[in-house]
Amino acid sequence: MTWLGVVSQLLDLAVALLLAPLLSGWINQWRAWLQNKSAPGLLQPYRTLHKLFNKESVIAENASPMFRGAPYIVFGCMALASAIIPTLSTDLPLSPVADAIALVGLFAVARVFISLAAMDVGTAFGTLGARREMLIGFLAEPALLMVLFSASLISKSTSLTTIVETLAHRDLAIYPSLALAGVAFTMVSLAENARVPVDNPATHLELTMIHEALILEYSGRHLALLEWAASLKLFAYSCIGLALFFPWGVAEAEAPLALLLALPALFVKLAIGGALLALLETLSAKMRIFRVPEFLATAFLLAVIGLLVNILLAG
Amino acid sequence: MTELVGQLINLLAAILLMLSFAMISQRRILSLIHLFTAQGAALVAATVLVGYATHQPHLYLSAGITLVLKVLLIPLLLHRVINRLDVRWDVETLINIPMTMIIGIALVIFAFNLALPIAKLSVSVVRGTLGIALACVLLSFMMMITRSKAVPQVIGFLSMENGLFFAATSATYGMPMVVELGIALDVLVGILILGVFMFHIREEFDSLDIRHLEKLKED
Repeated sequence: MTWLGVVSQLLDLAVALLLAPLLSGWINQWRAWLQNKSAPGLLQPYRTLHKLFNKESVIAENASPMFRGAPYIVFGCMALASAIIPTLSTDLPLSPVADAIALVGLFAVARVFISLAAMDVGTAFGTLGARREMLIGFLAEPALLMVLFSASLISKSTSLTTIVETLAHRDLAIYPSLALAGVAFTMVSLAENARVPVDNPATHLELTMIHEALILEYSGRHLALLEWAASLKLFAYSCIGLALFFPWGVAEAEAPLALLLALPALFVKLAIGGALLALLETLSAKMRIFRVPEFLATAFLLAVIGLLVNILLAG
Repeated sequence: MTELVGQLINLLAAILLMLSFAMISQRRILSLIHLFTAQGAALVAATVLVGYATHQPHLYLSAGITLVLKVLLIPLLLHRVINRLDVRWDVETLINIPMTMIIGIALVIFAFNLALPIAKLSVSVVRGTLGIALACVLLSFMMMITRSKAVPQVIGFLSMENGLFFAATSATYGMPMVVELGIALDVLVGILILGVFMFHIREEFDSLDIRHLEKLKED
């Protein structure tokens, strides 16, 4: 481990923590523009976080310590996930800690804890949200794993840094399997991040909400942590997508100066990606909850076909 | 350069397969026609690229025929048919879609296994895509079997023709021109006859559900 590695690791984490709310703000702004509404400021998520952190946290009388602990666990999982995804540099001392499979596991831990916490207080909405979250989660996880395996098959490793290094260094080769995996990944990330075809991030309508139902009982700093964790999750997913499908511009261990270039590259890629996500959300209508398994099954099958195509065309 | 073209063809093959799956999972007839048009467009692009990579000018011609027929004319005819029959937003009832897709993936594995030994014999740039073409054919077959209404069955038939065409292109650089022209005409005539057929089915039973055809006499 070199000092440069430590620096790039810290930078990676800091950028994730600081930029995540900005990405959410950017997407919200585009969503509002595309719907002909006047948009909230770009910094609105930071203001919300600041406001929530200063507020008193109200907790139900019958809440167990689990309820208090869950936001910290969820936030920790998301922060660790963002730390091991190579967003700026592939020289990450933390990355041997967890490979692609463990990364999916990290998201699963966060999901389990937030669902337990939602059921902890015993309100109807919390239980409802937890059930829906688990329904989506158990269908989305295998699809996400298959997407990551498609990329692993190409680079012959499940380590995220190796995947990005191999993919960024190919001499302009097109992998058909990655095209299929890309579509599958888009569908999974829409479901996992509670975006429009599956869940509406802006609604508090009890019949449809999933993510909001989970955190309904939280307030104050706990809510702030959970909101921050949600935007971190979106950021982490965007970065996985960029790392797998558009890995150009990520700095490597041997080229420290490339870090200077990596940050603007990340900015541009996220800005375009965020605008496209908002466009996708505006164009699609929210689907019935019973259609979600079908949606995610399609994602899973596409990812599996990606794997098969990879084997066929390589053979 | 040739390598890049080969990879592009592979990519288009994957897109064809993806569109076949999308058609299987699609309920609405209008979206089905859009998907069919997209599949035709992908097929045209793939044919042009194969023609470019192998210096076979007659493939440009067959790409042209495909463009006129499957991207412009047939979708237009289908749009007119569903407008006249007023089934634009018909939501189909069929055996549940996740199940069809699981069968679909089994078909894909079967087709890939079947094509592997054949592909080893071939020396073509695009030998890998034969399995994908075969999978497209089988998937369209299944679509024809599992759908209960007439229009999706016709679209399944047309999409099967797409798959066959792609198989011919990828395995042997296209069929002889006479055969190709014959097939193109056949498809066109076929769609016209099937269009007339659909109107008759509808007139007779007030519905496009072909299960009514199984009854021999009125009760």
